[in-house]
Amino acid sequence: MALLEVNGLRAAYGQTRVLHGLDFALEKGSITALLGANGAGKTTTLRALCGVVKTQGEVRFAGARIDGRATEDIVRLGVAHVPDGRGTFLDLTTEENLRLGAYTRKDRAAVAADLERVYGYFPRLRERREQQAGTLSGGEQQMLAVSRALMLSPRLMLLDEPSFGLAPLVVRELFQILRRINERERVSMLLVEQNAALALELADSAYLIETGRVVLAGSAAELKRDDAVRRAYLGY
Amino acid sequence: MDAFLFQVLAGLATGGIYASLALALVMIYQATHHVNFAQGEMAMFTTYIAWSLMDAGLPYWPTFLLTLMVAFLLGVAIERLVIRPVEHAPVLAVVVVFIALLVILNSVTGWIYTYTLKPFPSPFPEEPLWGIRYMSPHEIGAIGITLLVLVALYLFFRFTPLGLAMRAAAQNPQSARLVGIRVGWMLALGWGLAAGIGAVAGMMVAPIVYLDPNMMGGVLLYAFAAALVGGIDNPWGAVLGGFLVGVLENLLGAFVIGNELKLSVALVIIVGVLLVRPSGLFGTVHVTRV
Repeated sequence: MALLEVNGLRAAYGQTRVLHGLDFALEKGSITALLGANGAGKTTTLRALCGVVKTQGEVRFAGARIDGRATEDIVRLGVAHVPDGRGTFLDLTTEENLRLGAYTRKDRAAVAADLERVYGYFPRLRERREQQAGTLSGGEQQMLAVSRALMLSPRLMLLDEPSFGLAPLVVRELFQILRRINERERVSMLLVEQNAALALELADSAYLIETGRVVLAGSAAELKRDDAVRRAYLGY
Repeated sequence: MDAFLFQVLAGLATGGIYASLALALVMIYQATHHVNFAQGEMAMFTTYIAWSLMDAGLPYWPTFLLTLMVAFLLGVAIERLVIRPVEHAPVLAVVVVFIALLVILNSVTGWIYTYTLKPFPSPFPEEPLWGIRYMSPHEIGAIGITLLVLVALYLFFRFTPLGLAMRAAAQNPQSARLVGIRVGWMLALGWGLAAGIGAVAGMMVAPIVYLDPNMMGGVLLYAFAAALVGGIDNPWGAVLGGFLVGVLENLLGAFVIGNELKLSVALVIIVGVLLVRPSGLFGTVHVTRV
């Protein structure tokens, strides 16, 4: 069953239309990638899904309509957004950032266990737990953003360019951990990436977006073999 | 020397009251980047509510607590009903709303209670405490209450999930929404807390200046000066600024310029800070790329 179903999603910033009726679905437990060039509407799609921008069209999460609902309510359903720019609370400590991720949860013991689990994935964050988040390096802040989302104990993670601005080695480490989180905890992920090669390595299936529309869909393996994708996005 | 010490200590007592009100200003400024010009009148109005309760026969401390609750609800209500609709309005529109609030609260109070001065009781004993002759029991008590409020606020913001959520909402509303925080309600809560702090300041200053609809005018000016000295975005700075302004005002009033010109000290401080160090002693300097 599809965890997330999107039908005819449209969004605009003022007069400028960005999404022109997007259709896609995400299978429960899968990692699905949205690929596309700059300005294709990938980030807007994620922002539309969690109610940050106004939209038209239908979005169903676990069967229920979530389009038009407030961001806070969508988050409470278990949708965690790792926004571009990472959304760190710069003046708060690392641990305060993580605790905020679990703000909506009431199960204290499980939150404490999740904090340990997150520190297990990213030991560097444990070392920096009392440090102001603004003083963390870019890679550490990205780890913090992913960890903050994990603290929600989400059913779906929306990841906006997690590789952006990171050294290749750090990206590799981060993507390995994302894979592990997906496999061990069955957290579904919707991944937006400009780095198509990287995204197709991690994802099960993918959609190619051009100027606010889906132009190609298929399994990651199929898209990797597609000539147009290869030439335009993989560069060989 | 005795006179000097006397003035410094009396300055600390009023300084505590300025500090409370300055803190209320800073709290709302941090969350919304607006300076609430009606903060003083809100405090004055709630002090009148306290007066009514005591007039009806309620003892001091139950009145004190009840007034805090009423002030909190009043603050929340003002944010929800008056401030929220102008959330996205230009700065000047918001300023006009604040000034309107100031005038309305002032006149409504005058209309209900008249403009005659009313004595307001102090909860502290008349005779000197612990043989201290430099400060009146009310001054000592006011400082004590101020410090108590500060400590309670610190503990709330530092150690409770709700306090953390309020800080997060003030710092980064967008991210706060993305972790499920209801940012609008956090703002309302901030207003409620600020109104509560203001009510404490009002009830502590009223026994000194007598209760009257215009009693907070001067206090608000000093609180502005205090918030600016400390840095309008730094709560600790505002508190320190409050005590500093209180002492400075008293010393200058007693030994340099005389009591009649005391209020101008606040204005001189405001202009001076804005000219020399606009971000205050502990504020952050904001740089905008143009």
